[in-house]
This record gives sequence, structure tokens and C-alpha cells, in this order.
Amino acid sequence: MLTYAIRRLILSIPTLLFISFIVFMLLQLAPGDPMAQVPLTVPPEVKEKMREALGVGEPALVQYWKWLVQVGWIEPKVFIDWLTRDTFLFGWLPDTKLYNGELRVISWQTRSPVMDIIIQRIPQTLWVVGIAYIVAIIVALPIGIYSAYKQYSTFDQAGTFVTMIGFSVPPFFTGPLLIVIFSVSLGWFPSIYDTTLVVDSWANFKLQLQQMIMPVMVLAFQITAQLSRYMRASMLDNLNQDYVRTARAKGLSENVVVWVHVLRNSMIPVVTVIALGIPSIFGGAIITENVFKVNGIGQLLITALFANDLPMVMTLTFIFAVLIVMFNLIADILYGVLDPRIRYD
Amino acid sequence: MTEPVPATPIAAIEALKDKEPTKPPRSQWRDVWDQFRKHKGAMFGGGFLLFITLAVLIGPYIYTVDPQALDIRNKDMRPIYTALWDSDAKVGWNKPLGSDQLGRDNLAQMIAGGRASMAVGWAAMILSLVIGTLIGVLAGYFRKLDGPLMRLTDLFLSLPILPLLLVAVTLFRQPLRASFGPEGGMFILIVTVIAITSWMPTARIVRGDILAIKEREFVLAARSIGTTPFRIIGRHLLPNVLSPIMVSAALGLATAIITESALSFLGVGFPSDFPTWGKMLADAVQRMEQFPERVLLPGIAISLTVLSVNYLGDGLRDALDPRIRGR
Repeated sequence: MLTYAIRRLILSIPTLLFISFIVFMLLQLAPGDPMAQVPLTVPPEVKEKMREALGVGEPALVQYWKWLVQVGWIEPKVFIDWLTRDTFLFGWLPDTKLYNGELRVISWQTRSPVMDIIIQRIPQTLWVVGIAYIVAIIVALPIGIYSAYKQYSTFDQAGTFVTMIGFSVPPFFTGPLLIVIFSVSLGWFPSIYDTTLVVDSWANFKLQLQQMIMPVMVLAFQITAQLSRYMRASMLDNLNQDYVRTARAKGLSENVVVWVHVLRNSMIPVVTVIALGIPSIFGGAIITENVFKVNGIGQLLITALFANDLPMVMTLTFIFAVLIVMFNLIADILYGVLDPRIRYD
Repeated sequence: MTEPVPATPIAAIEALKDKEPTKPPRSQWRDVWDQFRKHKGAMFGGGFLLFITLAVLIGPYIYTVDPQALDIRNKDMRPIYTALWDSDAKVGWNKPLGSDQLGRDNLAQMIAGGRASMAVGWAAMILSLVIGTLIGVLAGYFRKLDGPLMRLTDLFLSLPILPLLLVAVTLFRQPLRASFGPEGGMFILIVTVIAITSWMPTARIVRGDILAIKEREFVLAARSIGTTPFRIIGRHLLPNVLSPIMVSAALGLATAIITESALSFLGVGFPSDFPTWGKMLADAVQRMEQFPERVLLPGIAISLTVLSVNYLGDGLRDALDPRIRGR
């Protein structure tokens, strides 16, 4: 298992390099010019200098190499410095001071390091999307278990119908619908997520909860639909197996049969599916964040795209790709750890 | 003493006769159809999909209002049913579903938008099926291609899809518009981009099935009489993987419609004067307090279409699976 994990880990490096190369070359074709906003009175040779300062003047391969060095070598140094300097968890370690003023990936929009902006945006995304994911898991698993246990019952039929709706109704419809119902008609929740809100009192905490409910609902509905269907299918597969009949025949109580024997076996694929979905938490829900004006990662990507901010787009896409590859690997390994029948070696 | 047993030579002979089949033989597709008919959701889904498809195909010939025509005097009209509870509402039979802030007819826009959405959905689904089946068959049948093609599939699966879609659409919008016109270029772009990012599940399923089927005796028999690989694939393998392909076709159609609407919603879809359901919804969000129907109508249209396609896929999966059939 360990050799398998190491082999996969090493294999993922060329994959990521290849993905980043493709995305970078794709972005090179972009028609936009970072100098388009600069006034026409600026002489062309000055413009050329500005372009070089942004790193656009050089050949594409050189640019790619520089980007790679910046993201793969310099940014980790900055990150480790930040960890040992400012964070609670590693703050007790001596300050590393690895980073000494090399050029970092610079956003064309704000002319500040891309990573700093991403770090600013991550908490919002993590709060909203992460909580939605947790809520979805908590809701979906019992629904899936019960509807598989009582297959074709009224609960199962209703559950299947609701999950079908969850599959089919896109978030850009449920979002506005919830806004119309809960913020316009009933006036319970604000329709816009206010990120400047600092939670320092109970009143603010209540406000924070209120503004989080709707985006979390929209996202959780979707994820619940997928997870509960998965859970149901997996439970159904296991409920008809011989070992369940054996367990019942030797007189185990129904509770033990379902909650210990069947559930543990049917959780194996579900856990991997949950792991596979985690990158989407960090990826942010582009549409939901857009509807509720949550300024998280997804919204950052959209604005960067529209503003033609290629370094930002490139870095964000690369981070998403890293997360996807990483969690694919984790899911595969988890599968092997949980299910002793699976041997990779 | 003994009663002569009434001899029944005829019965004896009849017993020796071959039994006539009580029912006429049934074809596979007849069985599939019978099973499919039992699935109420799938029947409803299929019916609704047919209805929507016909409505957007024939609709423009029956309701011949130009969806682009500006009628600024009749702007911001409400749907006709609003008059039931609000007698002051600005309604009229000339605009059955009301009109938008520029006076464009909502019903005509819904039909035109549905046309665009369905066209994109079908085209993207078919293209992605072709790519997926091709790669799946090649990888499953030719052992040498299996490794590279499956690595390629894994690579595509680990791409972040929605960001990449957005990137691709924003980047290639201008050149394609220049060469194929604003609507044609966008259509080609969206269909290609959706297809390129959604063929992977089909390829994986098809490859798995082909790997299993190509070891069977009938393929061996076909090969032993000298059938070329091309003929084997076309004659013997493809018909046998038709059912998973059909199921993934239904799912692909649903995903394609949602993706197109999402792109339109985010403002990177078709040009602004070309209605699609997603774009109508996005445009209406700012005014949804006054005119909730402008959000509801396209939203419900998208949701119902996708719901019916999903149910159709569910029914197809049940009907095409011989283990479930007959239960």
C-alpha cells in the first residue's frame, strides 16, 4: 500500500505539470492585453517596459518556467514563513525567513501577489461551501440508509423524487427562488452575503447565521441529492448479500445487522465519493457564490476571467487541479485501506 | 370386466407433437419497451421531453411573434394569469406570458430560448457520445491503445471542468465569432467545449464493457472466419454496448442543458440579443421582486426538462438491464 501511494504520488507530478502546461498554453492564446487600460498618451517604449515588468514580453516557454518556479518554489517559501510567523499552530517555531524578496506571481488586476488574494478569499469559501458539505453529509446519509432499508416504501419514493429534483434544478434557479421567497416575501434572511461582518457578539453571530443559511441550503440540496442516492445504492447492494442473512440467522438484532454489518460495508464507496467531492469545497461553488455575492474563490475566478487577469486564472486553475489530483489519490488509497479485499500491489 | 378404456390415440399423438409457442416470439426491444412502460417517471419524462422538443420545433410556426422585436409601448407586461388575483396588473392577450423591459414577447422568447438550449444540449450530447464511444472502443479493443487512452481520460477527469469551460469560452469567443457569426460561432464553441469536457464517463463505461465482451465466443467465432477488426467492432461489439451508451446519452443531455444555462447565466454564453433559458433567467434576476415570473418561467422550463431527461435515463437504465427486466 505504501509503495502504491508513493508511486501514485510521483506519477501525479507529471500529470500536474502537463495540466498546468496545457492551461498555460491555452491562456497564451487569450486575446486580451494587460496594457489595454493604460492611457494612450503613454509612449510605446514605456508601455513595452511596463509589459516586461509584468513578465509578458518574454517567450511563452520562459514565462511558463518562471511561473512554475514562482508557484512551485517561491510561494511555498512564503507560505512556510507565514506559518511560522503568524499562525497559532506553528507560531512557536522559530521564524524561518526563507523568502527574501524574489518576485512572486503578480495579479494584473491589483498588482499584488495572487496568493495573498487567494488566502484572503479562502475563509469565505470554506465557511459557506464547507458547511454546506457537512450539512449535506449529515442529511444525506440517514436518508440514504433509511430509504434503502425500506425500499419502495413511501419514504423511499418521496426521497427518490426529491433527490431527482436536487439533481435537476440548477443552483442558479434555486438561488434566486430562495431569495424571492425568504428575502423578498418573508424578509427573514439578507439576499447578499456580507463578508465584512465581524463576528464579535451574539447579535453578529445571528446575522452571520442568517446570511449563511440560503447559500448553504442551495449547495447542500445539490450535494445531498447526489450523496443520498449513492448511499442508497450502496446499502441496497449490501442488504441482499449472504452475510446479512447469516447475521440475521444467528440471531443478531436488526439494529446490529443494519448499523454495524451493513452500514460499515456500504460506507466504503460512499467515503470515497465524499473524498472525491472535497476539491469542490475549495474550488468554491462558482454559481452559488455569484448568486449570493459571496466573495470566495469561485467569484474570484469569475472576476479574474472577466478582467483578463491571466496569472490569477492560471494559478487558481492550477490549485483546483492540484486539489482534484490529490483527492483522487486520497480516495483511491482510502478505498484500499477501508476494503481489505482491494490490493493494489 | 374391465371397461374398455376409451382410447385416445389422438391425445397421445398430440402429446408427442411439438408444443406450439403460446405467445408469438418477442423481440428484445419489445421487452425493453414493456419494461420501460412500467416506469411511470420515465414515461412522464419521455412524454415531457417529446412535448418540449415539439413545442420548440413547431412553436415558432404557430406562434409567429418575433422574439427579438422591440415593442416599447407594451413593455413590462405581466402574464395573462396574473389578472386572476391582481385586476390592476398590466396584462393583455397579445402577450400571453407578458413582456420584458424592452417589450419583447416572453412566450416567443421562451420558445426561441428553448430551441437554443435544446439544440446545444442535443448537439453537445451527441458529440460527446461520439468522442466517448470512439475512445472507449479503441481503448477496449486495441490493447496497445488502452494505456495511453485511459491515461488521457484520467487526465481529463482531473481537469477542473467549470473553470476550464469559462476560460475556453472567454478566450475563443472573438475568433469564432469573427469566422462563423455571433450566434453560429458561439454555438460551435459551446457545443465543442461541453463535449470535450464531458466524454470521459462514456469512454470509461464503453471501454469496460468492450473489454468484457471481446473475450466472448461470438467475437472469437467472428475473428476465426476472418472478420476484420473494423467489422467486428461495428457488427458485434457496438450493438452490445448500446444500452450503456443510451443511458449515458440521457445523462449527457441533462448535463449539457444545465452547463449551457450555467454559462449563459454567468454571462459567457450566447450574445445578449439571442435568448436562451439561462440568459433569460440571468437577465430577470435583477427585477425578480416586481416580475417573479420572468425568473420562474425559464427556471421551471430548465428544471422540468432536466428532470424529465433524468427520469428518462433512470427508466432506460432499468429497461435495458436484463437482470431487472420482468420484475
